[in-house]
Amino acid sequence: MADTHKSDTAAPGVMDRRRFLTWVVASPTLMIAARLGLDLPPAAAAEAPVTEAATPLSLLLALQSDGRVVTTLPRTEMGQGITTAVAMLVAEELDLPLGSVDVRSADADPRWLIQLTGLSTTMRYLSGPLRAAAADARARLITAAAHRWKVLALTLTTANGEVHAPDGRRAGYGELAEEAARVLLPEVLPLPKPPSRYTVVGQPTGRIDARDIVTGKARYALDLDVPGAMPAVVARPPTLRGSVQSLDAATARAMPGVVGVVPIPSGVAVVAETFGQAFAARDALRISWAPGPASTLSDSDIHARLLSAIGPRPLPPLLTTRTVEGRFDFPYLAHAPMETQSCVARVQGSHAEVWSGAQDPKYAQREVARALGWELTPQQVTVHTVRAGGGFGRRFFPEAAVEAALVSRAVGRPVKLMWSRNDDMRHGHYRPASHHRILAHLGLGGSILGWNHRAAIPTVEFPHGFGDVVTAMVGEVLPEVTSAVFFTLTQHVPYRFGFVTQQLTEVPIPIPTASFRSVFTSQVAVANEIFVDQLARELQVDPVALRRSRLTSSRLRAVLDKVVSEGRWGRSLPPGVAQGVAVLEEWDSAIAHLVEVDCTAEAPRVLRVVIAADVGLPINPKGIEAQLQGAAVDAMSTTLSAGLHIDAGAVREGSFADYRWLRMKHVPPEIQVHLVRSDDRVGGVGELGYPSAAAALANAIARASGTMPTRFPILEGGV
Amino acid sequence: MPAHQFILNGQTVTVEAPEDLPLLWVLRDVLGVTGPKYGCGVGVCGACTSHLDGEAFRPCLQPVGGVAGREVLTIEGLGGEGLHPVQEAWIAEDVAQCGFCQPGQIMAAVVLLRKNPHPSDADIDAAMSDNVCRCGTYVRIRAAIQRAALLLRNGAGAR
Repeated sequence: MADTHKSDTAAPGVMDRRRFLTWVVASPTLMIAARLGLDLPPAAAAEAPVTEAATPLSLLLALQSDGRVVTTLPRTEMGQGITTAVAMLVAEELDLPLGSVDVRSADADPRWLIQLTGLSTTMRYLSGPLRAAAADARARLITAAAHRWKVLALTLTTANGEVHAPDGRRAGYGELAEEAARVLLPEVLPLPKPPSRYTVVGQPTGRIDARDIVTGKARYALDLDVPGAMPAVVARPPTLRGSVQSLDAATARAMPGVVGVVPIPSGVAVVAETFGQAFAARDALRISWAPGPASTLSDSDIHARLLSAIGPRPLPPLLTTRTVEGRFDFPYLAHAPMETQSCVARVQGSHAEVWSGAQDPKYAQREVARALGWELTPQQVTVHTVRAGGGFGRRFFPEAAVEAALVSRAVGRPVKLMWSRNDDMRHGHYRPASHHRILAHLGLGGSILGWNHRAAIPTVEFPHGFGDVVTAMVGEVLPEVTSAVFFTLTQHVPYRFGFVTQQLTEVPIPIPTASFRSVFTSQVAVANEIFVDQLARELQVDPVALRRSRLTSSRLRAVLDKVVSEGRWGRSLPPGVAQGVAVLEEWDSAIAHLVEVDCTAEAPRVLRVVIAADVGLPINPKGIEAQLQGAAVDAMSTTLSAGLHIDAGAVREGSFADYRWLRMKHVPPEIQVHLVRSDDRVGGVGELGYPSAAAALANAIARASGTMPTRFPILEGGV
Repeated sequence: MPAHQFILNGQTVTVEAPEDLPLLWVLRDVLGVTGPKYGCGVGVCGACTSHLDGEAFRPCLQPVGGVAGREVLTIEGLGGEGLHPVQEAWIAEDVAQCGFCQPGQIMAAVVLLRKNPHPSDADIDAAMSDNVCRCGTYVRIRAAIQRAALLLRNGAGAR
């Protein structure tokens, strides 16, 4: 029924090799679906119509009769600004005012080709299909107008949400939306614009949701008005993954406002009229806890396990005269998004509905279905994806949704379940700690013959896979496979350093883990870039000169040169003040950081950060700048002062009081961002800005203080 | 349960709630005023920052019994029908990322600027360092405060 016509569209420029399939979805007004067509031979486009139900899709574009265009994405807005960038692309290709585009996050649905917000994929994977879908829609609108006016489609143009004829006639997209849905074959080529004609894309543009945010109207999960939803909190064990041994809830049940007390696998939930009452009753529960599986482990034990996993030194390459060794330690990190884990759930009979800022709604759907005993019919669970107050990798895991669903079923009413900040810090999935050994094998005359990096890291959990069915299955059955493959795919040394090897040794430690902004790169590349500076010291060469002479990527050289000139590398500075640089190429993007730091006081103080990034086509320079500034603050926070301690299976830090994320007073007044554009491919941005910011800061500290930092965070006592 | 009467965003409201219930939950769970956010519940993150008789305060720590007869202003009431200059500056500088901390940041900045129309960087550091932004928007918050200071000095609807 929904089958219609499709066109095969290639985006301009370097995107030509990628093909995107677009098709019309049956609907009273024009609705276009699109997908990446990498797996399709180009000829497939000319064959029989695709069927709506069977074809996985990347996004949906719907023209409404009021002229607005609603774009539905299998992605979650959690602060990275994707809704604005997507609206800009749609406005650009459709010649539509930005304010006429709405962008929505899709409910969990198996039809989505990849429904996961992470790995910096949103703009990389969706900008092509988006441009193709919008160009197809525009071609059909023009064709509809041509039919209506009985003129040649080629003579018509579009502007400001209208089709224009040479004789001055105009028709708004809204009034053409029905006729456009019935166009069988567009009579103009549905070709996206070349970037040279862009007027919206590439312009620094403020967030489309900025007004909602500053007026308090933006709704996060717990702000939604789901009728009758009752506040719920969960008493959790003192140790990670501990369990209830005995429970006495008599006092708690009798407290004002308490609606119910519900034991669940992760603890004991309390439902009340208000969160304040739920917290008070939670405190009155008498629970004895069995310790969790990590309760014999503290920092020193974990460190010892990681150390012993590094293994003996490999044989150096022939002609090696000297081997330089570096050792680095990184801590467990909490993602600590401002909005703690939270979810609204309504379970009635054989159907569950949840509202959650999930980074992987399909995984949330599977997990909720499994918890409710509906493993084989996950479609009994509807997951509405809502705006999230930060994610950073934490929201791949849907524990709050599972808990909310269980509690809702038990009390027979909708609940809004919230984790306290303590819960969020002490019962998270963490960026794992790690230990690294880097060996640089040097030969005569300053030659570098080999580079060997061995990283010992507690297994990173990817049970969610990467948003598609195949890796999700592999991730659940063989977590270490996904993790090892991911390490190999992502970790590169961008220098001519002779024989380069990097190995991951996964150490099973029963502390929950998750991806963290930039995943392994947040440790491996940081250690590498710090050790490149150490190598420069060993070879008595300038760290910029060493990098320039050895870099294998012209994009990296260009961004490094940019920070060197904009940051005035090598300028004269007072004693105790120094600069550091570092680079990274990942997610189809390249970046360099220059950091200036003052080490004359007890705590290092960052004075200036200069960033140069090549993200290819910069869709929204203002959004890119925001992401890179934010990632720099992440990197400064976790390099200097924020890190977790494990005490006998429990996380010591419980809030921003002791997990010392940087505050206003610690951050320099300016973090400069310069964009360098080598071509028009769309590179990733969300995770790009973390690793080289951390390394450049450490390198600056080494140069200012004379001591290379090797253990993070540097300041045990905080800033 | 005792009844508490106070002024919320210019309107008199009466709520029945236990004396010691933190105002944050009265606002969010009883009155449906969701601009102030829960970020920590212990006064260290600033996500719920609002105004009590014109001073910045933390509704997560303030028992409802203590606000009887007083004026509470949340982000929802800040701009009246339009936008407060601080909100305008926040939009102009495109401050927000995830946005969750921003109502609290804005409410803190409004009080700073009322007391100090010419804040230096050090003044901003002192006034704003009790509000965490996990997305790291501090550079733009600072720029927005300076922009708002200019707007306010030029008489744009000072409040």
